Amino acid sequence: MRVAIIGIGIHRFGRTPGMSGLQQGAVAARRALADAGVRWQDVQFAYGGSYSAGNADALGNELGLTGIPFINVLNGCATGGSSLISACQHIVSGAADLGLVVGFDKHDRGAFNAQPSEYGLGDWYGQAGMMVTTQFFAMKLQRYLHDHRIGTDALVRIAEKAYRNGALNPNAWRRTPIGFEEIKHSTMVNDPLNKYMFCSPAEGGVALVVCREDRASRYTSKPVLVSAAAMRTRKAGAFEVYAPSISLDDAPNATALASHAAYEMAGLGPKDIDVASIQDTESGAELMHMAENGFCEHGEQEHMLAAGETQIDGRLPINTDGGCLANGEPIGASGLRQVYEIVLQLRGAAGARQVPRKLRTGYTHVYGAPGVSAVTILQA
Amino acid sequence: MTSRSIDEALFDWPAVEPALKASRCRECGSWAFPCMSSCRGCGGTAVETVLLPRRGILWTWTVQRFMPKAPYRSIDSEAAFVPFGLGYVELPGVLRIETRLTEHDPAKLRIGDPVELAFYTQFVEPDGTEVVNYAFRPV
Repeated sequence: MRVAIIGIGIHRFGRTPGMSGLQQGAVAARRALADAGVRWQDVQFAYGGSYSAGNADALGNELGLTGIPFINVLNGCATGGSSLISACQHIVSGAADLGLVVGFDKHDRGAFNAQPSEYGLGDWYGQAGMMVTTQFFAMKLQRYLHDHRIGTDALVRIAEKAYRNGALNPNAWRRTPIGFEEIKHSTMVNDPLNKYMFCSPAEGGVALVVCREDRASRYTSKPVLVSAAAMRTRKAGAFEVYAPSISLDDAPNATALASHAAYEMAGLGPKDIDVASIQDTESGAELMHMAENGFCEHGEQEHMLAAGETQIDGRLPINTDGGCLANGEPIGASGLRQVYEIVLQLRGAAGARQVPRKLRTGYTHVYGAPGVSAVTILQA
Repeated sequence: MTSRSIDEALFDWPAVEPALKASRCRECGSWAFPCMSSCRGCGGTAVETVLLPRRGILWTWTVQRFMPKAPYRSIDSEAAFVPFGLGYVELPGVLRIETRLTEHDPAKLRIGDPVELAFYTQFVEPDGTEVVNYAFRPV
């Protein structure tokens, strides 16, 4: 038995002064319930989380205190994916038929400032200025570009696509296209990544209503099925965030592990994917994740991007909603934003950014500290 | 002027020939820096402390061009922030370690270049004690 997504809701990403992260989650939840045509009182369980905006079960104060099991999830960038996986397992186990998955967040301006002790590291790591995730992506990318002989124009093309797609998305934060030259010459932040190649911590909320596949037709004529949802952590020897040392073994990273597991679970391969949302906290992440998720060989990205293959009208559209670059990253909501977008695309309801052909299968992927990844494969 | 190591788990300071300390698993041979009390490779608890070689190869690098938020501590201020280089250095046959670099000019940083261990003052405590951290510098 699979699980069906029958309702989706979002509170726009970006900055919403005067509204807490929790309230943005409540807006998303009410919209998802309305989309599914169910009442909060009918929901039998919920999973949800935020990184900086409080416990998700406090949503009971907004939506109504109904006494259901509401499980708070805290799993870094994989928080949304982990909530969805847990909800699917909850349903597949037979414990319940109808549930809510929700993620929201509200972060301060500027880069994240995690504490070393949260990751089992000594205070020295933060004092020395190394507790900064953007450095990791820059260093991983620097090596990747060197190993696979890729030029930095590929990074510009990814950012350019993100802002162009974001301009078509009414829920995005960055809604103004930015030209190739402006991106290419913007202020360097962590070489080789410059200002417009990074996303920023942000705010927003997303919710999904899920049910047993065989009950989905009661609620919607266009259910989207969760064919796979997998989450993985890092292995010794993989190059991951916040690692003062790595062994020379070159193990597959968390993304590769989660991706492989998801394809196995769905009985599908990368060639079956029609549209994808992959983690693009900076444009180098999207570049590397294209190959780590199996969509191309390492080093093929430069050609794919120059040929426009990942644009909305391309062979494999990636981050049609503008991704993290145009939406910002509210950690608890970010992975579920990807699911929201893929559901919209599979329903054919993505408006100005709808992929102009029949879509059957979509893919989502997040990656984050200290080496976690969650992947879903969704089918119309 | 007194000085101390930013963390004695990393290196002893002052020392005649300061070197970085790592742990090595007696069961599977995995290395870790800084020293761990158990092995992240196999989970074994029989680990020994070993000094790391002082020279290596620059494996990757970047430049930090904005001042990190707390818990960053440094001798400069936001207004006078000086970008710093950092990277991973491969100690051949041992492991790759993340490190500050003494150099932050991209024109002088190249993957594959030889580098060697160096030390610098990360910050000064209110009582005047200089807190020393490790780095690597191009040879």
